Amino acid sequence: MFAQALPELGQAFSLIFQPAQIMYLLGGVLLGLSIGVLPGLGGIAGLALVLPFMYGMDPVAGLALMVGLVAVIPTSDTFSSVLLGIPGSSASQATVLDGFPLSKQGHAARALSAAFTSSLFGGIFGALILTFFILLARPLILAFGLPEMLMITILGLSVIAILAGRVPLKGVVAAGLGLMVGTIGAAPAGGSLRMSTYDLPYLVDGFQLVIVGLGIYAIPEITSLLRQDRPIAEKGSLGDGWSQGVKDWWHHKWLSLRCAVIGVIVGVIPGLGGSVVDWLAYGSAVQTAKDRSMFGKGDIRGVIAPESSNNAKEGGGLVPTLIFGIPGSGSMAIFLGGLALLNMTPGPQMVRNNLDITYTIVWSLALANIFGAGLCILLSNQIARLTTIRFTILAPFLFMIIAFAAFQSRQSALDLAALVGIGIFGILLRRFDYSRPAFLIGFVLSNQTEVFVNQAFQIAGARFRRSAEAGWDYLLSPITIGLIILTVVSVVVGIRASKNIRENMESPTATKTAPAIFLGAVTLYLLVSVIDAWGLGRLQDKVFPLTIGIVTLIGAGALLLRMAMKPADDDVFIDLEKGGDGDAPKGLWSTISWFVMLVVLTFLTGYIIALVAFLIAFFRRRGGFGWKTTLLSTAIGLAFILGLAAILGRDFPPGYLQGLVDLPWPLT
Amino acid sequence: MKLKSVVSTTAALLSAAFVGTAAQAQSYEGQTIEYVIPFSESGGSAKWANFYAPKLAEALPGAPTMVVRYRPGAGSTEGANWFQSQQDSGDGLLIFGDSGSTKFPYLLGDPRVRYEYKDWQPVVASATGGVVYLPPELGEKFDGDMDVLKDEFYLYGSQGATTLDLVPLLAFKMLGLQVDPVFGVKGRGDGRLMFERGEANIDYQTSSAYIANVTPLVEQGLATPIFSWGSLDENGVIVRDPTFPDLPTFKEVCEATEGCETEGTAWDAWKAFFVAGFANQKTIFLPKSASKEVYDAYVAAAKAVVTAPTFAEEAEVRLGIYPQLVGAAAVGATEQATSISDEAKGYVLDWLKADYGITIE
Repeated sequence: MFAQALPELGQAFSLIFQPAQIMYLLGGVLLGLSIGVLPGLGGIAGLALVLPFMYGMDPVAGLALMVGLVAVIPTSDTFSSVLLGIPGSSASQATVLDGFPLSKQGHAARALSAAFTSSLFGGIFGALILTFFILLARPLILAFGLPEMLMITILGLSVIAILAGRVPLKGVVAAGLGLMVGTIGAAPAGGSLRMSTYDLPYLVDGFQLVIVGLGIYAIPEITSLLRQDRPIAEKGSLGDGWSQGVKDWWHHKWLSLRCAVIGVIVGVIPGLGGSVVDWLAYGSAVQTAKDRSMFGKGDIRGVIAPESSNNAKEGGGLVPTLIFGIPGSGSMAIFLGGLALLNMTPGPQMVRNNLDITYTIVWSLALANIFGAGLCILLSNQIARLTTIRFTILAPFLFMIIAFAAFQSRQSALDLAALVGIGIFGILLRRFDYSRPAFLIGFVLSNQTEVFVNQAFQIAGARFRRSAEAGWDYLLSPITIGLIILTVVSVVVGIRASKNIRENMESPTATKTAPAIFLGAVTLYLLVSVIDAWGLGRLQDKVFPLTIGIVTLIGAGALLLRMAMKPADDDVFIDLEKGGDGDAPKGLWSTISWFVMLVVLTFLTGYIIALVAFLIAFFRRRGGFGWKTTLLSTAIGLAFILGLAAILGRDFPPGYLQGLVDLPWPLT
Repeated sequence: MKLKSVVSTTAALLSAAFVGTAAQAQSYEGQTIEYVIPFSESGGSAKWANFYAPKLAEALPGAPTMVVRYRPGAGSTEGANWFQSQQDSGDGLLIFGDSGSTKFPYLLGDPRVRYEYKDWQPVVASATGGVVYLPPELGEKFDGDMDVLKDEFYLYGSQGATTLDLVPLLAFKMLGLQVDPVFGVKGRGDGRLMFERGEANIDYQTSSAYIANVTPLVEQGLATPIFSWGSLDENGVIVRDPTFPDLPTFKEVCEATEGCETEGTAWDAWKAFFVAGFANQKTIFLPKSASKEVYDAYVAAAKAVVTAPTFAEEAEVRLGIYPQLVGAAAVGATEQATSISDEAKGYVLDWLKADYGITIE
């Protein structure tokens, strides 16, 4: 194998090491870094941007551009995860857990450079694995059938045990709720509508991950920071610099290696997608740690683990993409489209006949990671200064970008409404101490759990009809058994570890009313969902929401019971409004109403007019700026968003006004 | 059928004679044309649109810029509904590309459909094909008919019975095969992977995917192709697929198989969906209000694109060897692909309900 790989690898090296190709690669890297920095925009937006130029391009240059872009997005998306507490993309959700607390403590530069060093290592490791694995991965990938994929998904769900929070039952309810929200829309099997109707076509496709991720994390974080009206770093200054982060990585290099391996494996298996990989890595870091007391409060290992895995995943993810022509994720799907424009058809033939061209991908991946991470490490001290700026100045721009990212999914004003609606729900989850990661993991894995359960059940049924032995052989392969054991271990260790991991330190309680109303509303929603699922005609479409719904309902019922039995100072009544949050200078609802205002205005006048009104009003009233600064800031924000939309070739969501009169872009 | 094709051929000849002069009137110099598809950046339609867009732009008078815009949602009906609302934009700066999955909901009377194909003006229509294959141990029993293969119990990885998979599922039923579709696979590629893992034991791929990913399996003796869907000739008759001339068509296999009829309601229904899903899968439209000059300019450009000397070679790699119908021929083909008899429609709806519990309301 080495004999086959090495000469081709050398050949590929000479193809890529041309000034022109390196320029394209660097172009891709810079583009990827810029897109990745913006919260909510990731590989899909970035690749869509370069796709129109792909046609007729030299294959090596085109590949360098695309791979350079894709490779560094998990690197630079760390900025928003660590600095702002907003997951930069779905692959760095877990980074928020420890990265953001580190920022608040003034260690942003350290966290960033540890993250980038891990990303660099993970990325190079992924490229290395891709080099050799691509020649022999086929049988291995084929060994992962539906039962195996189902078990990996369940292993992903088992991470919830660690993140369940102070009252484990609350974690279960949050996760169940996430699973249930994930079932909204047309069922994957028979298309039955669940909690939606054709009268509101928006719901038929279900909620998009981008919107839910931003809603659950970004809106609550922005709101909370905005209420404090001060910089993110609590002392308003930076602690240690980037060199400390590099030392941290070296200290935890074995953890980084293990997580990179996890990243590659999850990436290689098609159909799992990248959004579990960071959670699996984080879970593994917590489970094997001796001292778990700092996780969730700013443990550097909680940054190193997910960041090592999410860059490694890109290398792994290219394996099925290239040898089977099957996209492992949304961005890989567009990458495949780009390959087609370069006149390359991924598949066994490409690996066999064009191994040198294929290997330029490996080189591009490795070089892009070096350029990207190197650049990020050097810049981390500078960019970390963002945490020392008064947040009220940043907030409207952030919200503007997030809103823009949100409506990339459907280009509808309803995207914005969904974002703020889910955001308010996220604020309430946070306020009443329900685990937001648990909710998000449930949501992310909902669809694939349902699909894999249904499919594995159906295929196993067919095998059992042949013979019981064939059925069991199919279900209980050595891989499945191994994964079951791993899941059990993960749950047991996770529950023990969870005692230490808290999203919030304090546990203020006051009256029973507010927590009870929230839980009551959640229970009502679950009840309606269960009744709705019960009424579906197709068995396959109703089994999953019905089962999960009933289990979650039982959990919610038990919580209600506990509320009735226990006194008002029990942990079940935690209400952060009664603690530090409530002492913030600005109120919760008045802060949220700013976002609601933008949404309502968008429905009336379309996004751009609404945005101008929002920015001016915000800077004047909330920021207390003079007219000059207000107008200047508004102009900067507007220019930025218009530039972004023009480059990406996107329209803004129209409102009622646009239905009456025809307006030119960007007002359309 | 016959009359229709005579009309469309005559119309094609006439329009071909006229476009040469009419095309001069319109110029798009310095302008940007939006080419909207109701799908995301990934997938076959994006590939197809990005193949056509630069060529079409170059061939249009004034060589405008053409950008492909994506409006995915609700299985492509959202984007199509949007295009329906833009029927006034007839200045030639907006074109729309559909696919089989836009035509299927229209044929089935999906409640989300608010678009009307009769309003739109088809410019180019492209065909594709597909090949059904089996694992070698089953494939070797195939002798031109499915009689001996009926005893086997089949699993098929399917994206859903109302998607393009309607065509294979209905074909399997007509052949009398006991096929249990495993619903919920994300794309045909995932279905193929299920086949490769031995979880599914019957599969089909569209032509380009078949050539890239199944041909190697066939060479290694891991899969055996049995038939193709075929292709339509100028008279609307199903003939062997030019990309796979050695494979029998489904029609031939159906004729040879006991109990499978190539006339009657079931056949009409299958053919209607085959035409919508394969034989006239993807079409580029201008809005209703586009003037004759605009339409003719586009038809002339499309004609220039498909008759360019390098086109056949490029298209073979990217789209397969299939006819690219232009102008009146596209109009005729679209008419055929978007109409279905009430009887055939009722038959399909009943079958979806009875076999899969799927209702469209």
